[in-house]
Amino acid sequence: MIAFLTVIISFLGAAVIGFIPAKNNKLIRNLALLVAVSSFGAAVACYFQYLNAGSAVFQQVIDLAWIPAIGAKFKIGVDGLSISLLILTGLIAICGVLFSWELNDRPNQFYAYYFALIGGVFGVFLSLDLFLLFVFYEIAIVPKYFIIAIWGSGKKTYAAMKLVLYSFVGSAVALLGLIALYFGSGLNTFDLLELMANGDFSTQFQVVVFPILFIGFGILAGMWPFHTWAPTGHVAAPTAASMLLAGVVMKLGAYGCLRVAIGLLPEGAIHWAPIVGWIAVINIVYGALIALVQKDFKYVIGYSSVSHMGFVLLGLATLNEVGLMGASLQMFSHGIIGALLFAIVGTVIYSRTHTRQLDQFHNLMQRMPGICWVFILAGLASMGLPGFSGFVSELHVLIGTWHQGQFSIWIIILTGFGILATFTYTLVKIHEAFFRSSPANNPNEVYAPMTVAERAGCGILLLFAVAIGIYPNLLTVILEPSLAPILEALATAAK
Amino acid sequence: MNLFDFSDSVGWLMWIPICPLIAGVVLALLKPSGKVSAMVAIAALTVSLGFSLKAFAGTWGHEAHTLTHNFTWIQIAGVNLEFGVVLNSLTGSMLAMVSFIGLLIFIYSASYMSQDERMGRFFCYLSIFMVGMLGLVVANSVLMLFMFWEIVGLASYLLIGFWFHKPSAAAAAKKAFITTRIGDLGFLIGLLWAFKATGTFLFFDGGVGILESSTIAALASNTNVLWGLNGAGVIAVFLFIGAVGKSGQLPLHVWLPDAMEGPTPVSALIHAATMVAAGVFLVARAFPLFLADTAALEIVIWIGGLTALFAALIAIAQYDIKRILAYSTVSQLGLMMVGLGAGGLAIQDGGVSIGMFHLLTHAFFKALLFLGAGSIIHGCGDEQDIRLMGGVFSKMKISSLAYLAGTIALCAFPFTSGYFSKDQILLSAWEANKTVFWISAFASLLTAFYMTRQCCYVFLGKYRGEGHVHESPPLMTVPLVILAVFALLLGYVSEHFYHVLDYLSGVHVHQHNSTVVIISWIIALGGISLGLLVYARAKMGIDDVDPVKRLMTTPYGWLENRLYADELYQLTAFKLWGALAKAISAIEGLIYIMVVVATAIVSMIGQFFSGTIDKKLIDQVSFDGTCKRIYESSQINAFIQNGFLQGYLRIVTAGAVVIGILFLLLAR
Repeated sequence: MIAFLTVIISFLGAAVIGFIPAKNNKLIRNLALLVAVSSFGAAVACYFQYLNAGSAVFQQVIDLAWIPAIGAKFKIGVDGLSISLLILTGLIAICGVLFSWELNDRPNQFYAYYFALIGGVFGVFLSLDLFLLFVFYEIAIVPKYFIIAIWGSGKKTYAAMKLVLYSFVGSAVALLGLIALYFGSGLNTFDLLELMANGDFSTQFQVVVFPILFIGFGILAGMWPFHTWAPTGHVAAPTAASMLLAGVVMKLGAYGCLRVAIGLLPEGAIHWAPIVGWIAVINIVYGALIALVQKDFKYVIGYSSVSHMGFVLLGLATLNEVGLMGASLQMFSHGIIGALLFAIVGTVIYSRTHTRQLDQFHNLMQRMPGICWVFILAGLASMGLPGFSGFVSELHVLIGTWHQGQFSIWIIILTGFGILATFTYTLVKIHEAFFRSSPANNPNEVYAPMTVAERAGCGILLLFAVAIGIYPNLLTVILEPSLAPILEALATAAK
Repeated sequence: MNLFDFSDSVGWLMWIPICPLIAGVVLALLKPSGKVSAMVAIAALTVSLGFSLKAFAGTWGHEAHTLTHNFTWIQIAGVNLEFGVVLNSLTGSMLAMVSFIGLLIFIYSASYMSQDERMGRFFCYLSIFMVGMLGLVVANSVLMLFMFWEIVGLASYLLIGFWFHKPSAAAAAKKAFITTRIGDLGFLIGLLWAFKATGTFLFFDGGVGILESSTIAALASNTNVLWGLNGAGVIAVFLFIGAVGKSGQLPLHVWLPDAMEGPTPVSALIHAATMVAAGVFLVARAFPLFLADTAALEIVIWIGGLTALFAALIAIAQYDIKRILAYSTVSQLGLMMVGLGAGGLAIQDGGVSIGMFHLLTHAFFKALLFLGAGSIIHGCGDEQDIRLMGGVFSKMKISSLAYLAGTIALCAFPFTSGYFSKDQILLSAWEANKTVFWISAFASLLTAFYMTRQCCYVFLGKYRGEGHVHESPPLMTVPLVILAVFALLLGYVSEHFYHVLDYLSGVHVHQHNSTVVIISWIIALGGISLGLLVYARAKMGIDDVDPVKRLMTTPYGWLENRLYADELYQLTAFKLWGALAKAISAIEGLIYIMVVVATAIVSMIGQFFSGTIDKKLIDQVSFDGTCKRIYESSQINAFIQNGFLQGYLRIVTAGAVVIGILFLLLAR
């Protein structure tokens, strides 16, 4: 029940804030923070409950009849994987509010959409019924359009439309797959657990349906070549929304790929793993190389997200314990770090320089040293330096990749190349942004230091990145039992 | 893991990196004033030094012992991923050297950086560096070593770019980080490979660690795994790639000379004495893997020998005092690699001590040279060009004498520390590979020559600069004197050192070969005399042509331009990198266009459906047409069924008439 509180709190928060007049923006932001903090609190409570509770993989299960005619149920529950993502979502929700602290333009509507989106995301991570999952998935798409189209910048309507169209195409494809599962099983149910236990899909069926589901969910995960919504969407979105998009929404897709596509169709997954591996490597290298030549700081981060999601996909394609663990850790890790990078570039730096063009930045290291340092730390975390969460997750993915017998040696080599490229673009962009002078605009005025809200947001995210980096057991302890059923299914399928 | 058990377990070794870590965190969070920062950092490092000496003393006389203490970090796929610390003579001697030289340099920096307003930050970075460096020395896990290795790289990045307001410093920092990272990629592959092959990251683990004999034997029995190397050799070669990056070996040496943009104590501590030696240390640590495959050792000696020669040649034609020392460092690191590789080929297990002993002596005299150079640069008003120095000797006696002590040690002048260590390298090279021996010997001759050249420029003649030359304060000169004593006398413990370092086998390595001894005397004395001959009376102003340049203008020009390595990379690797990124961007553009085209096609299809099919076919022909027909037909019906009885009767009558006529016609 605590788990479902996350959804209730968010939707309730959205409804209440939506009706507060816009001029009370102090009240609104405080309330928003309260909503975010309490949903995060509920997620953390789940974590501790999960640690203390018995050995059941799925806990806090609520199972109610909903549309009996088609076998759709209202069935929710949590395992370690969903809890880690609930915590991530709550965390990003809090920081999103903190980095929107100065928002004055219709904050009531903004937060209404914001929490509707978050509620939808929470719902997806909780759903144990594919029909319900799909409903939440759709709920999460709609508010994105309004947030970007109203509060965005640049080509915002184009980006909003593109993003929503991609999302809908993705979910339509995924829906096709879900319906195939429904009819393929012949069980007249959308119940994930029952499908997993008794689905008994034929090999032929799995091979055909797996790519449909994987592409459907993969679009939202930024899978190449369906990734182009991500950079444009991220760039046009207001900061809180880019944080959510990079931090959480992309994880929705990856979560679907893991939970539904791989979990239900293990034989299909084994059949397609080499292809998925190749696509993942393309994601990694391709995103990194494009980030290297971007001139707009936010585009750099946008493409780095594409590249980092490649590690998630690569971890998924390994289909072994280490790799899947790596993918799950990378979802969390990139969620935090990606959000942090967007926050710094989109709000902290932009609100001071009023430009994101790298060649317009002038001596920032002297003019905003503290902020530059935070970005450099975030950059180091992003390139997977030991001590940060990125290192742990990438290490898992690499070990998993090495153990995946189906992969060509080139996948490993190119991944190594991708790591190098990641390192290079991060350092090159740090150099271009902070250590260069461009006498074009006002030379040496020193910028204001970070506000309290900004400090808090950066501090929280960095803290989590370091905590997971130094003691990954915090997450692995709940992830391990949750990945076990999927691995079991894969092991059976391999025979 | 028990940090407080000082008797049985060696868990307390973790205190050695933890002490500077505490200092670093305190400095980062509390931001005390410069002086307080220096004191905090120095105090923490003193504690580390105490522990290091305890560790060193523990290995003295127990050469064959390897003590470990392991603890679990995380679980990966049900396997406990363990970290740990290891204490053997390699650890002990390296710890003592790193923390001792580190402490001297910390003290020196307290004076050197006292004018800098960011002194607190500086000591924070230095402490972080010590965390990484000491951590990688005690690490008993190749993964843990890698993690500390990266911290070291990060600290180096921060410190090279410490004066980031100079664009050259910021660029050098970036270059150093990226270049060493190329090597790190090899290291990463190596450690993953080791994990896959052995299932552990630990070096020593009660018989099943990576470096233990049964594991090595199992790895080596797997022949021709990759490029003709056996299972152990492959891991060794990948680890060596990491060492090549960190220790500035060919072809990844380009970052080290540029790294001299950092403050001079940084050059001394990190880019001469400790960090760059980490690569050599890695090879020494993983030595059993190298021993298992001669091909791996061959790679090591060839890379080392060529690096030694290449860098020594370039050093002849440089004018920046720190840059000369930097190339000299690259060259000496090459010699250390030769020592390791040739030692392994010639005397197996004992070989590790040959390279390591040069590492230790070099650390002292090169740190001395850099600190001396820093003192001279300071005294000459921050001038680094040796053409603008001259006559410094009479004005800075202590610094100059110390510098000269370092110089003769580097030149391997008989009975200085450098003589003993270099002699052993040449000796083992003589036995292992004659070509590499002559390469190393020639590089050593050049070393003596360029160091003499530099000293002539700096100390002889009249002062050619514009500043007011003055001696440095005692806080700077005292460390110089201490280091000078070590540089001169460390060789006399060599016998014992070789013994201490023979942790692998206990084989006694000290041997003599009169040919080699004579050659090394000729090298040292010959190089110095040649240098004096050429430069003692030469004109050395900024407008004068260097005497060697007068002799060989064209080759000297190449050397002045550092044999164009940077330019070569600029033309090849950088271009390639950029081109690749551009190409990928073009693909991205293509995808964009495809998306646009796809959208256009979809909307055209929509247009087609709505315009042609819907409006024309369905609407006009089908829907409208049908409606029209229905309408028209109903018009007829409406006309017919108008409700008037007479009309119906008229039609019925007409119909009856027609039927009657038909009957009549058909009945016939």
